[in-house]
Amino acid sequence: MQESANRKTKVLIRNLMIAVIAMFGFGFALVPLYDVFCDITGLNGKTDTEAAQVNDVGIDADRTIKVQFISHITPGMSWEFRPEVAEVSVHPGETKIVKFYAKNVTSVSMMGQTVPSVAPGDAASYFKKIQCFCFEQQSLAGQEEVWMPLRFYIDPEIPDHVKTLTLSYTLYDITAKIES
Amino acid sequence: MTTATTDTANTEMAHDHHGPATGFKRWLFTTNHKDIGSMYLWFAFIMFLTGGSMAMVIRAELFQPGLQIIDPDFFNQMTTVHGLIMVFGAVMPAFTGLANWMIPMMIGAPDMALPRLNNWSFWILPFAFSILLMSFFLGGAPNFGWTFYAPLSTTYSNGSTAFFVFAVHIMGISSIMGAINVIVTIMNMRAPGMTYMKMPLFVWTFFITAYLLIAVMPILAGVVTMLLTDTYFGTSFFNAAGGGDPVLFQHIFWFFGHPEVYIMILPAFGIVSTTIPAFSRKKLFGYSSMVYATSSIAFLSFIVWAHHMFTTGMPLVGELFFMYCTMLIAVPTGVKVFNWMATMWRGSISFEVPMLFSIAFVILFTIGGFSGLMLAMAPVDFQYHDTYFVVAHFHYVLVTGSIFSIFAAAYYWLPKWTGFMFNETLAKTHFWCSLISVNLLFFPMHFLGLAGMPRRIPDYALQFADFNMWVSIGGFAFGLSQLIFLAVVIKCIRGGETAPAKPWDGAEGLEWTVPSPAPYHTFATPPKID
Repeated sequence: MQESANRKTKVLIRNLMIAVIAMFGFGFALVPLYDVFCDITGLNGKTDTEAAQVNDVGIDADRTIKVQFISHITPGMSWEFRPEVAEVSVHPGETKIVKFYAKNVTSVSMMGQTVPSVAPGDAASYFKKIQCFCFEQQSLAGQEEVWMPLRFYIDPEIPDHVKTLTLSYTLYDITAKIES
Repeated sequence: MTTATTDTANTEMAHDHHGPATGFKRWLFTTNHKDIGSMYLWFAFIMFLTGGSMAMVIRAELFQPGLQIIDPDFFNQMTTVHGLIMVFGAVMPAFTGLANWMIPMMIGAPDMALPRLNNWSFWILPFAFSILLMSFFLGGAPNFGWTFYAPLSTTYSNGSTAFFVFAVHIMGISSIMGAINVIVTIMNMRAPGMTYMKMPLFVWTFFITAYLLIAVMPILAGVVTMLLTDTYFGTSFFNAAGGGDPVLFQHIFWFFGHPEVYIMILPAFGIVSTTIPAFSRKKLFGYSSMVYATSSIAFLSFIVWAHHMFTTGMPLVGELFFMYCTMLIAVPTGVKVFNWMATMWRGSISFEVPMLFSIAFVILFTIGGFSGLMLAMAPVDFQYHDTYFVVAHFHYVLVTGSIFSIFAAAYYWLPKWTGFMFNETLAKTHFWCSLISVNLLFFPMHFLGLAGMPRRIPDYALQFADFNMWVSIGGFAFGLSQLIFLAVVIKCIRGGETAPAKPWDGAEGLEWTVPSPAPYHTFATPPKID
């Protein structure tokens, strides 16, 4: 009887250990799961990382959506970075171009990467970028400045409750990462 | 440093026991569940005073508007380490200590199932907290809040992230091993005839808590590991520049964090479900509904995590889902509160100190539950979020909830542990001082929060000055009151009126069938249960 009790204990401990390891793995599995979930639902405001096809949808002239632009620079990044206009009004389906200004104010060459985010999150997947500087990395020599174009349209399928849409770009210094 | 104090405190007790070894080695090598339980309880109390003194520093700074005593960075270190120590160093080890002492005796087992593992789970804890506290002297302690949100703990960390991560890893390993031990003990070592539905409710609640620990402590270990590699090894789990997402951190953290708050309250439910029937001299009303309510609370805790994140820009559907699931928790919790009330109803109640703490628990925990219900409502949470209202809420459930229940448990079983009755007058003084000061401390925080005072700030606008002064006075008084508790316990260990095997006439359970103090080895032959 003592034997069988010991075996029962060992089996139970083994199962509990497996549960612990499985839950540790589950924590890491949440990372890709979250990405997939957000891809489907657009919850975290991430836009497509690839350029949309050229606009061939009709223009919905009855609706007007305000698109606001914000730019952020992460600490330690010594570039100037701003949109040429703070806000534009567009009809869904209409293609617009907005330029962003970037200047490397240091005297050395640097690499930058912008990451877009759209609020509200459920509008993110309807914001279509045909051309965007965020698809590639920017390399600016010291004191070099550049006007970077963003060509976009809004999918007319966008939910009715979205009247204003904010597009935020955050500029990161990736010089060190590229070199290593 | 903490271990040394634990040992001095414990050598005094060594004379009362008849253990195999003597002196320091007895405590270092012990595999006895009672010894390990005592060490857990002393450790938890020392951490309670350590974390409490940090709260005193916080309240001293907030006594008046303006910056008087400490600089904002040190203030942040104080709030962070206060939270970490109280959660992982005080409340959780105190419950584990109670579980160690009482579960084998309550189910008629001679010891825990894995005694050596038990020794190890305790002895790695002092190292974990030494690492955490060491960081104060090595460039600054964690200052990013106990919730260690990325990027505060990664990009903007003051260099304490590694200390923090390794300390949390060790605490997590300790909790997981403790939980495995409890589950194996309960499943395999119950005395013949002790069926699951005959187990005392404290055993039941800790059984469920142990499963919660097994499920979520590995998630915590995972998230701090990601934090570590993000900070030091160039990964980008939570860094948007590399394709990660800081909001993901909050999801993973609160997936651990919400079950964690139930880890800290379910054993408290078990304790008051033991003490209230004892002092009402009635059987617990609705035993099986208590078991099912505990299980449903445990289940629901896994699907409500995002109610901590209503302001992160979730879509409406998400807010509604998490709001309704959270409010659903009020149902099983309500079942429990009404069961306790029904247990007291027409009972012949006497008001010994454990009962006083238990009644205070029921009332004050319910206040904390109601403010929780208010916070659960997504539309109003936008106002309450990150204000002192939240601070008031979780201190009502953790201090007047968990910690009051631990006091109730300590007074209830102290005669069994020491063999002496505690000084009733002194203990009542402790209760009334604590009760009055704790409400002066936390109740005005509701008003501060509703008026818009944000949490985790070292300074505040002038209109909050009066309430903050009251709160600070309450805080100092509550802190000092806990020294009375220390005095009661030390006096009780040293002597007093001899305690009979069952000092409370309404008490039930196997632990009262053995003499007081409980012999070093109990139930070497399993008792018979009918």
